[in-house]
Formats: sequence, C-alpha cells, structure tokens
Amino acid sequence: MVKGYSFSSLTALSRRRFLQSAAGAGALAVGSAAGLLPSLAETATPKKGGHFKIGVGSGSASDSLNPATYTDSFMMIFGHALHGYLVEMDRDGNLVGELAESWESSKDAKTWTFKLREGVEFHNGKKLDADDVVASLNHHRGEQSGSGAKDIVKGIEEIHADGPRTVVLSLKGANADFPYLMEHYQLPIMPAKDGKADISGVGCGGYVLDKIDFGVKATAKRFANYWKPNAAWFDSFEVLAIHDVGARTNALTTGQIQAMDRCDLKTINLLKRNKSLEITSISGTQQYVMPMRCDVSPFDNVDVRLAVKYALNRKQLLDTLLNGYGQLGNDHPIASTNRFFAKGLPQREQDLDKARFHLKKAGVTNLKVQLSASDAAFTGAVDAAALYQQDAAKVGINVDIVREPADGYWDSVWLKKPWYTSFTGGRPTADWMFSVFYAADASWNEGHWKNPRFNELLIAARGELDDSKRLEMYTEMQSLCREDSGSVIPVFANYVNALSTNVGHNKIGSNWDLDSFRCAERWWLTNV
Amino acid sequence: MTIVHGPRMLKSGASKLASAPLSAKFGISIIIIYMLAALLAPHLAPYGEAEIVAKPFEPWSAQFWLGTDSLGRDMFTRLVFGARNTLGIALMTTTLAFSIGASAGLAAATFGGWTDQILSRLIDVLMSIPQLIFALLLLSIFGTSIPTLIIVIAVLNSTPVFRLTRAVAIDAAVSDYVEAARLRGEGPIWIMTREILPNITATLVAEFGLRFCFVFLLISGLSFLGLGIQPPTADWGSMVRDSATLITYGDITPLLPAGAIALLSVAINLVVDWFLHWASGLKED
Amino acid sequence: MTPISKIISQRVALGALTLWIVSLIVFAGVQFLPGDVATELLGQSATPEAVAALRKSMGLDIPLYLRYFDWLGSILRGNFGTALANGRDIAELIKPRLFNTLFLAVSAAVISVPLALLGGIVAALYRNTFIDRAINVVTLASISVPEFFVAYILILVLAVHAGILPSLSDVDSETSVLGRLTAIALPSLTLAVVVLAHMMRMTRTSIINLLGNQYIETARLKGLPEWRVLVRHALPNALAPIATVIVLNLAYLITGVVVVEVVFVYPGLGQLIVDSVQKRDVPVVQACSLIFAATYVLLNLTADILSIIANPRLMHPK
Repeated sequence: MVKGYSFSSLTALSRRRFLQSAAGAGALAVGSAAGLLPSLAETATPKKGGHFKIGVGSGSASDSLNPATYTDSFMMIFGHALHGYLVEMDRDGNLVGELAESWESSKDAKTWTFKLREGVEFHNGKKLDADDVVASLNHHRGEQSGSGAKDIVKGIEEIHADGPRTVVLSLKGANADFPYLMEHYQLPIMPAKDGKADISGVGCGGYVLDKIDFGVKATAKRFANYWKPNAAWFDSFEVLAIHDVGARTNALTTGQIQAMDRCDLKTINLLKRNKSLEITSISGTQQYVMPMRCDVSPFDNVDVRLAVKYALNRKQLLDTLLNGYGQLGNDHPIASTNRFFAKGLPQREQDLDKARFHLKKAGVTNLKVQLSASDAAFTGAVDAAALYQQDAAKVGINVDIVREPADGYWDSVWLKKPWYTSFTGGRPTADWMFSVFYAADASWNEGHWKNPRFNELLIAARGELDDSKRLEMYTEMQSLCREDSGSVIPVFANYVNALSTNVGHNKIGSNWDLDSFRCAERWWLTNV
Repeated sequence: MTIVHGPRMLKSGASKLASAPLSAKFGISIIIIYMLAALLAPHLAPYGEAEIVAKPFEPWSAQFWLGTDSLGRDMFTRLVFGARNTLGIALMTTTLAFSIGASAGLAAATFGGWTDQILSRLIDVLMSIPQLIFALLLLSIFGTSIPTLIIVIAVLNSTPVFRLTRAVAIDAAVSDYVEAARLRGEGPIWIMTREILPNITATLVAEFGLRFCFVFLLISGLSFLGLGIQPPTADWGSMVRDSATLITYGDITPLLPAGAIALLSVAINLVVDWFLHWASGLKED
Repeated sequence: MTPISKIISQRVALGALTLWIVSLIVFAGVQFLPGDVATELLGQSATPEAVAALRKSMGLDIPLYLRYFDWLGSILRGNFGTALANGRDIAELIKPRLFNTLFLAVSAAVISVPLALLGGIVAALYRNTFIDRAINVVTLASISVPEFFVAYILILVLAVHAGILPSLSDVDSETSVLGRLTAIALPSLTLAVVVLAHMMRMTRTSIINLLGNQYIETARLKGLPEWRVLVRHALPNALAPIATVIVLNLAYLITGVVVVEVVFVYPGLGQLIVDSVQKRDVPVVQACSLIFAATYVLLNLTADILSIIANPRLMHPK
C-alpha cells in the first residue's frame, strides 16, 4: 500500500507540473509530458490483478479476428493483447526483439535472419517455431491476398525456416529498416495449422480471447503460460467500442471504464479539472496533411505551392484545432521522435510577404483554388480549411472550400482532387513513410510528386547501413519535401488519452496510440 | 393543401388576434422576433457568420455578448445567423413535406381504389426503409448541399404526413356530408378541397407544428452522424451538436441554441393550439 | 370480420411486394455509393492489387444482377447469407441485436404510450387551463431538443451527479433481466421523452376535435361527468389517428434509434446497419433493411386494422 501511495502522489505531482507547463507554453509542453514520466518509471511498481476496461472511439460490426483486416484501433489494441510480434518498439522508441531474440542482415541488407525465442507457447499449447512465422507472414503474401499488409510484405522475395528457431527472409531490394516492418500491427505471429496461419484469434500474447462482439466489446483473460516476465498485469482485459466522445467521457467520469482514447480537445481543459483522472498527451507520428497535386494547375508551379505553405498560420491551427495538443508541422512527414528527424531545419512560420513574393514569382496576382475538405480526413478539417481561407485571402489566394461527404471520402476525394485534406497515422521509419506517401511510384503518392533527387536518395538510403550517412540523406529529403513537395503539413497531433488515476503505467510509448497499442500488456491497476 | 388556404386563414385570423389569449400572443410575438432576426441577420450580428474574432471559448462580455465558440467565432452572431439558416431550412422543408404528403394523402382518400393502392404502396416502401438509413444513402449519393438536404428531409417527412392525412381523410370521406356531396355530383377536387380538407385541417395543422420540430431533430441527428448542414454554416442543430459535450461540465453554452429551438417550437405550437381551439370553438358554438 | 381477414391477406401479399421493392432499392442504393466493401475495408491501405484480390475473394467480380439474384434466391430459402466483411453468419449476427433493439423499443413504449394517452386525456379534459399549457410546454420543449442532447442531460443528472444509473448500456447475452433493465433505463427514458410529446399531442388534438360532435353533446346532456364523456365517447372515435401516431412512433423506436444507440453504446440493429452501410457490406444492409421493413409493414397493418375496428363505417362499407 505504501508503494501504491507514493505512486499516486507522484502521478498527481507530475500531472500538476504538466498542467502548468501546458498552460504556459502550449505546444511546447507536449513533449515534456513524455519527458516527465521517466522519473515515475523508476518508482512505480506494477501490481497484478483486476479487470481493466478501456473505451475506444473505434470498432465496427465488420471487424474480424483476421489480422489482415485490422483497420481500427479497437482491433489493433485487442490484437496486441492476444498476439506476439517478431519485434517490438520499446517505450523509448528503440526496436527490440519480442518473439525474435535477435536478427542480422547480410552486408547488402537484402537477406535477413531472425533467431526465435525459446519457450514461447501459444494459447492452444503449441510451442512457437519457425514454421509459425513463415505461415504468419505468408498469410499476407501472394496473388490471392487481400490483406491490408500486402504492400508491406511485397518486398519479400522468399521466406524459409532454417531449423525450428531460425527464419530467413530474402528481399527483392535492399532494406536497412526491414525489421521495423515486422512491428506492423497487421503482422502478428499466429500458430501454423497445416502450413496455414490459424486466424481464429489464438496467439502467444499475454491474454487469451474470451469473448468478442465485433463493434461492441471484446474481453480476454490473462494467459497463465505467458513467456514474458513483468508484463500483462491484469487478470482480464476488456475493450469497449464507444464512438461518441461525450459517451466515452461520461463512462470514464462515472467509473464504467478506466481509460479512454481520443479526448475531446475542445473541452479538455474542463476534463483536466477532474482530480480522479490523468490526461496523457504523447507526441507521435500522426499528422494532418493538405496535399496539393503537383501534376495539375496551378499546383504544378512550385512557387504557388510555396505561397500556399507560407500563407498558413500553423500556430493558429495548433491552438484552435488541437488546443495546443500537438506539434507544429514543417511540411515534411517525419515526426520529431524519429531517429532521422532533421533537427536543423528551421520551423516554417506564417510569412505573408514571402507568400506574396512567391505568388508574384509564379506570375499570378489573384489565385482561385478549390480545397476539398471533410472531417473524414481529420476532426476539424473543415474548420481548418475555414481558418486557412481567412489567411489566404490576405495574400490574394481565394480558397473555395468544397465540403466533401465523409462517406466514401478515401475513395472519391483522397488522391483524386487537386487539393484536399488528408490524414496519416504515420509510419515508424522514415523510409517507410517516404516510400508510401512520397515516392514517385507509390500508389498513395498524395501530391503526385515526382522529384528525381528525392527518389534517388530514397533508394540509396534504404540500402545504406551506416546511420550517420542515412541521417544526412534523410535530412536532405526532408528539406526537399519542405521546399518542393505538394504536401502542406500544418500540425502533428498528439495522442491524447484520459486514464483513471488507478491506472498505473511507465513512460508511454509513442509509436502508436495507447502505449504503442500495448496498454493491455504494459499498464496495471494500483487499487487491486 | 393547407398552404392554399393559408392567406385566407391569416386574414380572418388577424381579426381574431386581438381577442387571442395571452399564450397565442406570446407565441406570435416570438415567431415575429425570430423572423425579424432571420431577415435582418447580417444587420443585427456584430460579426460575420464564419468570422473568427477571438480565442475559443471566450466568456460572456460586452464585446462578445454570449462568448465565443470552439473556433473563436462570436456566439451571438452564430445564433442570429442560425435563426436565418435553421428557420429557413426547416420552414421550407416542412412546407414542401406537407405539400407532397397532404396532397397525396387527400388524393388517396378521395379517389380510393387504384390511386389509393398505388400511392399507399409507394409510401409504404418509402416508409419501410428506416429514415436515417434512407437519409444516409441519399445524402451519401447526392452530397450534403442545402438544397439536397431540404429535398431529402422533405421527402422523408412527407410520408408520415401522407399516412396521417389519408387516415383522417378516409374517416371524413365516408361521412354523410361527403356522401351528400358525391350524390350532388361534385367533382373529386371540389370534394377534396371543400368537403374533406376543412374537416381535417385541425389535425393537419397540429401535425405541422410537430413536424416542424421533427425536421430540426432530423437535421441535428444527421449532423450527429456527420451528414447534416455542413460547417461553417451556422445552424442551431449543429451548434448544439458541436458544443453538446460542454453540458457534461455544467457549461450552459449548448443550452442557448437548444433553448432557441425549444422556444420556437413552443411558440409555434402555442399558436397552433390557439388556432385549433378557435377552429373547434367555431364548431362548438 | 370478413373484411378484416380479406384486408389481412391482401396486406400480407402487398407486404411481400413492399419488401421485394425495398430490397431492390437498398441494393441499388448501396451500389450507387462511392467505393465498395473492398476499398472501404482496406481504407487507407487499399492498393489496387489488394483491392482486386479482396474483391475476387468476396465474389464482387461477378456481375451485379447475378449477385442480386443469388442473394434473392438464398433469402427465399430463408438464408440470410454471410457478411462480406468478416464472413460471419448474418442470422447469428442479427439475432442478439434484434433482441436488444426490440427490448429497448418495448421498454420505451411501455413508459411512453400510457403516459401519452393519460397526458393527452388530461390535457383535453383541462384544455386551455394551466395544466394543459404546462403539459404542452414541457413536452414540446422536450421534443424540440435533439435526442442526443436529451441523452446527455439525463446522463448528467442521473449518471454523473446522482450516480444511480449507468451511462453505458453495457449488455451481452449473459446479462440478467434485472441488469438489462438497469442498463437500458437511460436510453429508454431518453426515447420515451423523444416520442412522448407527439403521441400526447395527437391524443389531445384528436379528442378535442371530436368535442363539437352531437353525440358528445348528447352525452353531456345526459349529465355524464366530463372525464367519462372523453374516455367513453370521444376517445373510441379518436382512436384511428391516435393508433396511427402510436404505430409510427413504435416503428421509429425500432428503426430510428441509431443516435441513442451511439450515445449509450447499446448494441442494437441501428448501429449495425450504419456500420454496414459505411463498409458497403450489402448482405448485412439488406438483411437489416428487410427486418426494419417487415417491422414497419406489420405495425402498419396493425394500425389499419385498429382504424377499421374503431370506425364501424369502414367495417361495413356501403
């Protein structure tokens, strides 16, 4: 009890300090939330037991247990409770082994060998071996695969087991970041059954599937034979799909759940007054984007793109849309938490004179453009467009806001309209992020941007194993994005969650929301 | 069809106004104030409809009478413009719904037989598809522009009007006076407008007042699902939606637009009541 | 009773026709939406190859009309088929949710219908007095507020402040009846508030509307007390419009409560159909729409029969 007491007083203290800094510094405070918590990590002693209920703002009746179909955080969190992955991103953002004990690559970064951990057991009693890993990855590969992870595993030429504990993967092209891909939420390791992955929800994670009602709730019980020490503290774990943020907040304040994701940022200052709650704000990789298509007029002119970028008041967007819970974007997609983040690039500020200058250089005095916006892209996208419209008018850019229906937005607007609002949760590595959204041949090249130098660097950096050389290359690429690409990236949004003070945790991982989707494994209850 | 009779009723109603009870006078004055606010919105409002004038959630002050909303727009301005958009849209939608629903219902009741069958089955089909799903489908296909919204909601709301009209009109259609008119050799249009309509007007007017409220509700329900009137257009339904979570913290801001809707509904229905009383009173005397 | 049985058989046949047309409209409607189940399921990870493979695995490469007839064939054999998105049996998927929806609708109706009739009669009895106006204003104010707002206020008062009812309607197949009743107390109250005013006002209006008739006058002259005049003489004659309104509201309670389901996280059919429309899961949308349509057709038939029973002139047409 003494330990529990000291823990909660620490939480209270850190929350207070966090509040002060948040009030004082707005955007800058965000990083410090994560920075404050390590002090806590040393003293917090996790406790076993209890039933943990979390409410998340996603989940659909059309979800399924097949990891290839995980598309919302409901299934991603639950998937991480049921399953183990080859590798894991630890709370400081380092890639560490989970089911893989170690891995190494050939000199050309084209062949990767993963050594598996011994003594890992699936919920059905089967022992983990190399065939399970092969079957699990093959589940997403091949012509027939309709997996969401198809694009991620398409670089794999061949997979084979080399003995029971070794998996060898040969790639079509060099990829120094390949192990990071194995952390992807759609790639858990499932037991093999007749050479095929068993997708019934049997995994080797800390919790065993109990009941699941898709789009409503899912429960799991602690796995007695879980291999990982000091993890999976709850006796049982429950995820509830609560789409309405008001309902989530009410459920948390009335104690029906112990944690919620995606707090309502408009009213977060009021929620903070509740002494029995802790607000966690983690800066991650999710970013709001307004891509201009570089292959259509007038955005085919780089000066028009720069004028649009300079006219934007990022600070205002951050304060209004996110209530300060985010970080300013610098028109490139690499988050400040990334190891290859270009620290030296100056932050782009609103500069109406420069905007006018570039507009003049482009030879237009009165620019009329349409911005297709919908809150399907991100909460407040239409508001963001309205805010931008006011600033742009000052430099002679007349923005006509086209409000697109949310339903079908990703199909009929995204990638198709000349200028639109978009969102990405980000990717853990720079190469991944660039390859998916900025490479000339990427299917989701949001700005239809084709910069030869950028694409050359992308290939070179992917095969380079020397980190300092890679940093150099990625820095240049970020600068190219900032100056030339069609993507306006005004802000990075934080993961803002609210937890009952009874929920214990260490420093929260920033790879994905809710402790990199691993809250079931990493968090505990202090009042059991 | 009630619309056809509107002006005449208003004229004879005006003379009755002086003797109207206090509640009706109150209702009428509220409606007039709302209409004035709607018409004069750009002159009354201190700021532009979507203009960002201050920080989000400013408290009430001399500069911002009712504070500012989540984006820093003046709340009073939004309310006044909301009157214009909400009243206009709801009134147009309800009127359209009644024109469609009541004429079809009357026709079905008067002609009976195949006309009734075809119309009733058509309405059955329309009604048996749940409103929200129907709206979801139509608005996703045709987009959420205001004209589409008005037409879609009007069509959805015309179906219950049809049902009600038909039910009461059939009751009236088998009554002796209609029988007498038929025997006199009156045409169906005459029977509809002169014999049946006056006898069902009371029910229809009562329904009109309520339907008007339902239109608000459907619009705000749609905005809850992201399909209603789109920002930055100010309408009360979406304004309630936008600030609804504030009520959890005891902030009364969301009560303002909700209160505005409620007050209007009460006012309209007070007038409707007075009209009903007057209509039935004529019969009673 | 012959006309009634004739009407019933006619209506059942027409109901089947209605259902068929509904299935056609819904099927076509979903096709008109941008995207299909493959693109919606993959969302932002929809690469052309993955979409093509997924389409093929779900049989979406088969022509539209063939898919419709396929579906129609299996539905006629009483088989709802399986959901495209996760291959689950649709009948299994729908059963618990349909039960939840009906349970909520019935509890809301149990609260609201008697209250509405009583309130309507009282308002008619004391028409144009303070009681009438008070009932009127309160009910009107309550329905002119969006239902999610009513829900928020009820939650604030009864769940957050008083702490006597849960704000989430967390039910599953193992919840006891008592647990269920507690869980749905707030949503059924919300719904009752939403539908109450409409029914109450219609009751009042329909009754008052009849007061000018001669038989009411006669009843009064007999010296009957006013409440007896209303209940015994006016009410039966006002039943037709009242029944219509009640039935419309019952249909609403079953088919139109998506928003309340969302606010209270109640696993009913409304949430399922919205999810399925968004994911373009046609067989699920079709199955839900048919259930809703059938509910409506049945309730509608009930209203018509009630109207006929209530009006002898309709029962024995000349």
